[in-house]
Amino acid sequence: MTSAALNSAPVAAASGAGQTIFRRNLRQFASNRLAMASVGIVVLFVLLAIFAPFIAPHDPNETDLFRRLQPPAWQTGGEWAYLFGCDALGRDILSRIIYGSRISIFIGAAVIFVATTVGIAAGLAAGYFRGWVDVAISRLVDILLSFPYLIFAIGLMAMMGPGLVNIILALAYKEWVIPCRVVRGETLATRELEYVEAARALGASSGHIMVKEILPNILSPVIVVSTIRIAHVIILEASLSFLGLGVQPPTASWGSMVADGRAHILGAWWVSTFPGLAILLLVLAINVASQGLRDAFDPRFQE
Amino acid sequence: MSRNENLLEVDGLRTVFDTSEGVVRAVDGVDVTVRRGECLGVVGESGSGKSVTFSSVMGLVRSPGRIESGAIRFEGQDLTRLSTREMRAIRGRDISMTMQDALTALNPALTVGEQLSEMLDAHDDDLPARGAARRRAIRDRSVEMLRLVGIPSPESRLGQYPHEFSGGMRQRIMIAIALAPGPKLLIADEPTTALDVTIQAQVLELISDIRARLGMSVVLITHDLGVVAEHCDRVMVMYAGQVVEEGSTVDVISNPQHPYTRGLLGSIPRLSLRGKPIRPIQGQVPNLVGLPPQCRFYSRCPERTDACLQSVEMRSVGPDRRARCIALTQEEVA
Amino acid sequence: MSLGKLAERLLHLVPVLLGVSVIVFLMMALTPGDPVDIMIGDQNVTPQQEQAMREDLGLDLPVHRQFFVFLGNAVQGDFGTSFYHRRPVLDVIVERLPATIELSLVALIIALVTAIPLGVLAAIRRNSILDKMATVGSLLGVSLPGFWFGILLLMLFAVHLQLLPVSGRIGFDSEIEPITHFLLIDTLLRGRPDAFWDALKHILLPAITLGLPMTAILMRVTRTSMLEVMRQDYIVFAEAKGLKRGRILFRHALKNALIPTVSVAAIETGSLLGGNMIVETVFGWPGLGRLVVESVFLRNYPLVQAAVLFYAVTYVLLNFIADILYTTLNPRVKL
Repeated sequence: MTSAALNSAPVAAASGAGQTIFRRNLRQFASNRLAMASVGIVVLFVLLAIFAPFIAPHDPNETDLFRRLQPPAWQTGGEWAYLFGCDALGRDILSRIIYGSRISIFIGAAVIFVATTVGIAAGLAAGYFRGWVDVAISRLVDILLSFPYLIFAIGLMAMMGPGLVNIILALAYKEWVIPCRVVRGETLATRELEYVEAARALGASSGHIMVKEILPNILSPVIVVSTIRIAHVIILEASLSFLGLGVQPPTASWGSMVADGRAHILGAWWVSTFPGLAILLLVLAINVASQGLRDAFDPRFQE
Repeated sequence: MSRNENLLEVDGLRTVFDTSEGVVRAVDGVDVTVRRGECLGVVGESGSGKSVTFSSVMGLVRSPGRIESGAIRFEGQDLTRLSTREMRAIRGRDISMTMQDALTALNPALTVGEQLSEMLDAHDDDLPARGAARRRAIRDRSVEMLRLVGIPSPESRLGQYPHEFSGGMRQRIMIAIALAPGPKLLIADEPTTALDVTIQAQVLELISDIRARLGMSVVLITHDLGVVAEHCDRVMVMYAGQVVEEGSTVDVISNPQHPYTRGLLGSIPRLSLRGKPIRPIQGQVPNLVGLPPQCRFYSRCPERTDACLQSVEMRSVGPDRRARCIALTQEEVA
Repeated sequence: MSLGKLAERLLHLVPVLLGVSVIVFLMMALTPGDPVDIMIGDQNVTPQQEQAMREDLGLDLPVHRQFFVFLGNAVQGDFGTSFYHRRPVLDVIVERLPATIELSLVALIIALVTAIPLGVLAAIRRNSILDKMATVGSLLGVSLPGFWFGILLLMLFAVHLQLLPVSGRIGFDSEIEPITHFLLIDTLLRGRPDAFWDALKHILLPAITLGLPMTAILMRVTRTSMLEVMRQDYIVFAEAKGLKRGRILFRHALKNALIPTVSVAAIETGSLLGGNMIVETVFGWPGLGRLVVESVFLRNYPLVQAAVLFYAVTYVLLNFIADILYTTLNPRVKL
């Protein structure tokens, strides 16, 4: 992740040229149809999450004992008002999926936001100041990388107890390492470039150089990496929820909905299947879109 | 000239590469003759098509490249009509090749001994059919080959990997591999470019020496006319996918007919020209997509006239001597 | 690689392992609230027992002393007592370990056996239908949530087709006296092919679920490195030597292409460890992963702490092995 020289060459140009490169990349991204369709799916999920109360046909937590394990609409015993059927408490699965998107997307975005902010700060400091700052930060990064992700998060959740903020913290504690490594590598390469040297010669402060000169030019690889990581974080959150260590009931989250369905795999396949499908669709869309983004914006992947 | 004397005859070879920008005509109507026992120098800048021409001879042009037309006759047999299997039997045994950089051409993950013995195993039919006798024969022959190219204590070095050798030694090993089955033709593609100046001479000396000993023919692909002057009987100058001049080395160097050849000679640093600045040829090899029907050297030629804006054929300018220049033909005709 | 260099590299692991133990220690030490109170919850405990737990955890000491006690004990294999099992934590972990190792190994084998041939085929038939399917497959493989994929497999093969069992390691009828504690081996050692078959049927779905992301990643790595290798000069030179295609592909190309695959496989084996909490939960597999999840709910903190440390140390060692493998397989890298 340190072959930054290639990457900084185009961005090192004047801001006017940078603009056109950005626009050309954007055009290239827009011409990738599969990636655009994936962006469409992601946007759709985001809209679902924001407008859940207006879109969901039912209250996600409203139980109805007469509809316990009611099958999806197209099977005998189903009704169109409950498209994907109901769970063991008679709650509408579709509505819970729509509300569940709030948890997945909010946690995914929040973790990445926190992790990227911390990672950029730490990576800039390590790459710019080098010396003991770099040694300390890099050591910490190495140590955190030594934990398998899920067990680390499980350990933290066990100690901190459940809750939305705790999930975000548990994941962000390790996630920041990834943007940090990218930023550190890019910063090490960028700090030697002429325009940075020039700024230093003119007596600009370290803070000014890092934020105004280096940061704008290393942002695009960080953004590319972060979008790929969102998919990862969403799966991790769903895994924690599946194990019962995530958001607590009755709040709908996709992972815990799949877990609910485990007890009913003999008779009610739909309880697990649809929420899992939602995870797969969102994660797949993010993966495809971020791959397109990477191809278009990261010159290392351009042929 | 009797047909028998020619080992290799390439006729009107066209090798093209299909790219998104169009068809790149890397080799555009090239004729080559290699006689038995001679050393032919092939000279040109990178992009002149000299390497692609001989990749085509070896049948090693890969997609998106393909041989569009032309005949490649080796001992009278047209190689372009052979099956993959028949061609494989000729590669290595009859026509062998060394590449520019032995560091990348030798497999880093296999020992030198294995890379040498697999070549013998694939081609040498004089060996015992199988079993321990064959293995021993292959080993003996491998040691002999390494000794032939001047690797000290070859027995102990067979088990080593390419990176454990110096650059010059690696080049010798690659030559040993290429020569192991006793080919009739060796294509040496830029054999010295990757080497130190002091080692260059040794490697070229080695090739000349073995050629004399084994009586094989050598095609020496290079961009260095100095190397040609020293080691080759004849020379062929290529530019932008075409042959622009050919003849005996002495004739071409003492009396170059094509402005490009003159340019190349002008850009060699020579002791006799001490004090005179080296004049590199101005400009670059043209883009080989959709070339207009005119002299390909036009844009860089110091002697260009409007007459050059038409397609130019090779002209015979003396015994065994040809060149591709309008001005020259007019002179001859007048 | 010389023994000296190996020792030197092992020495480099010490600060990382030390850092790992600090973090595992802090996970618990910095937890808000009194761990003993949390662990006791609403159980009936005498003050003497509570005091014993406190001393066992070293909570009566200042934090930095607590760490050294923790570290000193950990090095000696003493991770305290699991109050739930009323036995030393290490014993409980060791008892569950064979099931997890067996599952991980079978998953690893499945991944290697499918990923390498598919990756090679996809590379040599580039842009073929097979290549495209492999690309889509590997994208799906990394996007599928493992717990959901496991449930789908259960619904299809265990519930719908009734071909394979729903959970556990082996059926009641096939229980045997353990020797190595690896059931696939023990059943054979005891001369019980029926029981071996039963154990194999039990391990199949969890191993596939666990191995899927790894298969996807290894296939992609193999394909990419094979494509990269096929462009190299030494492949052209091998062709120029007139070698058979099989020899060029499997001896010249694959030997180089597998170097990254093998080291990624070693690293990814570490990720298998992370995945087995999920898979063991879905398939009721009596291994360490499920033990950890159960222990979280039982507030069995010493056990969770020890397990996190165990996973991290194993992960570090696997990365170390990956590193060694990479250097020994690759004669170019000089140490």
